[in-house]
Amino acid sequence: MTGAVFAPGSRKAAALMETARGRSLWDDALRRLSRNKAAIASLILLGFMVVAAIIGPHLTHFTYDHIDKVDVWTPPLTAHHLLGTDSLGRDLLARLLAGLGVSLEIGVVATIVSLVIGISWGAVAGYFGGWLDEVMMRFVDILYSLPFTFFVILLMVTFGRNFILMFVAIGFVQWLTMARIVRGQTVSLKQREFIEAARAVGLSGRAIIFRHIVPNLLGPVVIYVTLTIPDVILTESVLSFLGMGVQEPLTSLGTLISNGAQEMELAPWLLIFPSIVMVATLMAFNFIGDGLRDAIDPKER
Amino acid sequence: MFRFLLRRLLVAIPTLFLVVTASFFMMRAAPGGPFDSQRRLPPEVERNIKAKYGLDKPLAIQYLNYVGGVLHGDLGPSLKYRDKTVVSIIAENFPTSLRLGLSSLIIGVSIGVALGAIAALRQNTGVDYGVTTFAILGICIPTFVTAPLLVLVFAQMLDWFPTGGISELKSFVLPVITLALPQIAVVSRLTRAGMIEVLHSNYIRTARAKGLSEQRIVTRHALRAAVLPLVGYLGPATAGVITGSLVVERIFGMPGLGKFFVLSALQRDYTVVLGVVIVYAVLVILLNLMAEVIQAMLDPRIRLS
Repeated sequence: MTGAVFAPGSRKAAALMETARGRSLWDDALRRLSRNKAAIASLILLGFMVVAAIIGPHLTHFTYDHIDKVDVWTPPLTAHHLLGTDSLGRDLLARLLAGLGVSLEIGVVATIVSLVIGISWGAVAGYFGGWLDEVMMRFVDILYSLPFTFFVILLMVTFGRNFILMFVAIGFVQWLTMARIVRGQTVSLKQREFIEAARAVGLSGRAIIFRHIVPNLLGPVVIYVTLTIPDVILTESVLSFLGMGVQEPLTSLGTLISNGAQEMELAPWLLIFPSIVMVATLMAFNFIGDGLRDAIDPKER
Repeated sequence: MFRFLLRRLLVAIPTLFLVVTASFFMMRAAPGGPFDSQRRLPPEVERNIKAKYGLDKPLAIQYLNYVGGVLHGDLGPSLKYRDKTVVSIIAENFPTSLRLGLSSLIIGVSIGVALGAIAALRQNTGVDYGVTTFAILGICIPTFVTAPLLVLVFAQMLDWFPTGGISELKSFVLPVITLALPQIAVVSRLTRAGMIEVLHSNYIRTARAKGLSEQRIVTRHALRAAVLPLVGYLGPATAGVITGSLVVERIFGMPGLGKFFVLSALQRDYTVVLGVVIVYAVLVILLNLMAEVIQAMLDPRIRLS
């Protein structure tokens, strides 16, 4: 390619771009990912779960908060109640779909919160370097060495069981690893020619960070996101289990398992079905995360 | 080494200070107070109680008083258990948590290393797949699912172990299994990965060429190098066990610090909450530091600075 200079926009340049794109990192990654059976199965399962959580509640006979004082503790596979009912006669299938939705929602939103904080923090520290980097990463180290669940619990106690604040509280403690990953990547990206070129053109630090560095962080960030979502879902469930999570009648997978555990002698299905859904969700995310890591970063294998 | 330790300890002090400050003000910002109950206390009684604990003073003064006390090793009186100090509550309940946590860690690490090493030595056989599957399950099944299921099967249906309490040694079996499972999973994964890498390295080939027995190669040469990264996992493992103990102590009705923490946070027993946070923060900071030092001592490639 040396010496071949094409006028931008010329057909030859376009053709060259085309071939270059044909063998891009992402195409390779996608091809490798599609060969990973566990990851593909997990993607399908997860897609099904998302659809079920969104449209499922509209299709069930009962709403998740419909109380029926007669049909209490109905075992699964009885008329109208495919998965049985709980102590208040609420349909478990409807509650499970609602709870799955809430858990997924918390997982995604809290992860986005952690993404925004983590990427900005890591990219700024890595790009500017020097004492700023030292101070910012030291701060991350300090927070890293703390027992986090305790902080989330304190945050939940402080702000009450507010749905939105729970997102923020969990996201707020999840950004540290993200910041570290992003910083490491930024430090190595910074040395590359295209950043030097951007600087030579006179772009500001902010523009370089958000226009050039952040988009190039995508690979490791995507991997980490798929591993953060299940982590968040777990944290929320621990909170719910301890009685500090989502408030009744609204429910989450953790709340359902917690309630199920209290009544497992009388109605084991209340524990078993939510547990299965929970474990399946977590496993799906883990398989996708592992698959993505193998696909995007094959040398890790 | 000495300078490294000194520097780290100097960082640890402001860290702890930050923890105490953040927890103090977060706890105080929480709605409700320790003396709220079903029946409302007459205002003058409430005022007297608050005065007794110094809760009537401005928040800044209370904060300074508290920090002053902590510096002297005094964590104050409990606001809910009127006749107890926080130090005595911690002294009473910490041993249970410590026993639970330590045994889970030890069991988790020893079984995890063994499983991981076996899987690596028999890579891509049934044994390997078995261990890998078990590891994925162990990571994905949360403690609050395993605990009730274990109780349901081994305590209620088979009646082998008690459902809770700490009256006999047997009562520790199910909680320790619950806490150890995720540790076994992570440790076996780390060991397997480390072991596979080490087995392909040049010095193992040299050892083989020297004609050493396979057993000697594995135990003396490979395993040692393979478990090195595990030391770094000590910190996160401890944090994981502590978090897990919040759930486990609750399910099995064990009087440990984790259970006390949750209860006190809900009841707004400010001093107990802060006391527990301080204990755990110190523990995690010290363990992280220890992990770093041990790692540097074992691995000459790491230099402490």
